[in-house]
Amino acid sequence: MLTFVARRALAAVPVLLVASFLSFWFVRVTVDPTAKVRQSRDPQAVARLRERLRLDEPVVVQYGVWVRDALRGDLGTSERTGEPVSRMLRRALWTTTQLLLWGTAAAALVAVAVGVYSALRAGGVADHLLTTLAFLGLAMPPFWFGLLAIQILAVDLTRWLGLSEPLFGFVGLHSGDGSGFTLDYLRHLVLPVMTLTVGIVAEWSRFQRASMVEVLAAPYIRTARAKGVPRSRLVVRHALRNALLPLVTVMALDVGLLFGGVIVTEQIFSIPGMGRLFVESLRVGDAPVLVAWTVVTAAFVIAANLVADLAYGFLDPRVRPR
Amino acid sequence: MSTGHGADRRPGPSAPPGRRALRRFVRRRPAVVALVVLVLLAAACAAAPWLAPYPPNRQDLLLGPVPPNRSHWLGTDELGRDQLSRILHAGRISLSIGLAVGALSTAVGTAVGAVAGYAGRRVDQALMRVTDLFLVLPGIAILAIALERLGRSPAVIVLVLAGLFWMYVARVVRAEVLSLREREFVEAARAVGASGTRIVVRHLLPNVVGVVVVNAALAVAAAIIAESTLSFLGFGVQPPATSWGVMLADAEGYVATPQAYLLYGPGVAILLTVLSVNFVGDGLREVFDPRTAPR
Repeated sequence: MLTFVARRALAAVPVLLVASFLSFWFVRVTVDPTAKVRQSRDPQAVARLRERLRLDEPVVVQYGVWVRDALRGDLGTSERTGEPVSRMLRRALWTTTQLLLWGTAAAALVAVAVGVYSALRAGGVADHLLTTLAFLGLAMPPFWFGLLAIQILAVDLTRWLGLSEPLFGFVGLHSGDGSGFTLDYLRHLVLPVMTLTVGIVAEWSRFQRASMVEVLAAPYIRTARAKGVPRSRLVVRHALRNALLPLVTVMALDVGLLFGGVIVTEQIFSIPGMGRLFVESLRVGDAPVLVAWTVVTAAFVIAANLVADLAYGFLDPRVRPR
Repeated sequence: MSTGHGADRRPGPSAPPGRRALRRFVRRRPAVVALVVLVLLAAACAAAPWLAPYPPNRQDLLLGPVPPNRSHWLGTDELGRDQLSRILHAGRISLSIGLAVGALSTAVGTAVGAVAGYAGRRVDQALMRVTDLFLVLPGIAILAIALERLGRSPAVIVLVLAGLFWMYVARVVRAEVLSLREREFVEAARAVGASGTRIVVRHLLPNVVGVVVVNAALAVAAAIIAESTLSFLGFGVQPPATSWGVMLADAEGYVATPQAYLLYGPGVAILLTVLSVNFVGDGLREVFDPRTAPR
């Protein structure tokens, strides 16, 4: 088992190197890192920066320099804020991780519940209703869902109920300067998490339903039923455990894709995470941040894929080589 | 068979495959309804210059923003522009972008997939590594950077989106080709001396049409959504041209104001289109792969 993990992890290293190199190269050719310095009065400043970033040498060398500095924890300084990029990234990554964690947990719970329920009532009214909802969720631009959620759940609902302040927050993750895990925090989480996960909840629940329907039709379930296994135990222990397998893989793969959704969600709800950092840096062409951002994100996606690979090996002994 | 009439005239197993496929499609009611909706929508947008009640960019500053009423069915925006007319015109761009991305990414993906599947291990490995790389790169971010730097004409948007979508088709086509190439009819073609190109084009590709068409439909849907997402982030087509995504993005500023009605029109247009495309795609999948059809 350990060699299996080690081999997969090693295989991810070249992918990470090439992907991060491509990201680096892409940002280098599209965003001019000397743009800001160019405006300064010091005529030597541009030359010095070019020297430091090795801009006159091949891009591979520049990448090498960047990786060497990055391994020492130095990702450069933001041109927009003058802050070290590593500190900005760490702060943003922590905020985004919260969103991703809550999002994945909530989405998994809802999707599994909906999928199992639909599968048990396959063909019934509830199943049809949930299927329709899933199709709607998949066909919606996520940011539109977010805007509608604010309009309907925060603004309209507050008016209808005659409340003095909205039930759910939609700016940031805390009101004012608050921090920590509070009721206020949860109230600010609801709408962003919904916006982030509407698509994957729809997709995962369809997936869970399909795999549950398949498992429920398997002969071993009939055998268990014939033996008199109680229904709840049959569904949870016998059917669900096997039906969860395929979903786990899809989930781990999609967590990487969620990063795209994060950009939109953080933009709508003014959450200072990775997504907002990206959009703000792109607006002003903040090259050091953009380079680090794309590389870190690519690494994150690769890590998620690796987890998917490993999870599959853990859960399904057939994939695991001895 | 041909002598029967009325309800008895069902093409049997001997009917031409095209007609059988058509029959299977027609039997999926949601898919047929979706197709009708889609055709109507597309026709309405195509006919926008004649159908729209007002020119899309005509401003009526004295009128300003009014909620939906009898002369402006979907209301007007801040500049007094008629929303319905704008939606019809914007649909031309949104649908064109969707179709173009679908066509382009499908063409590239099919070519890459077919070559990877047929040309042998080395080429396959190389092409698939490239495909995996594209799947790992942070998509929206790459898109946004590209659009920021290359300008935001519809052509660039199409190119960039297609550059992000072709991998999915490529993977599916490759898998199909890998299993097809071992079949007897390919061996037979090879035995009579058909060239590799001929085998791929004449024998393999016709057999993957099913998955290709289904994936093309999904790509169109995904492209329309992606275009709206890009517009929201500020990388959509530039005025005076507009798309559903740009209209929706503009409506962001009206959340929690009396003009919140501006949120609904373009969103419903996207929703309806993508929903219909997905249903048609599902119908096609069942046509081409009867095994997945629900009993």
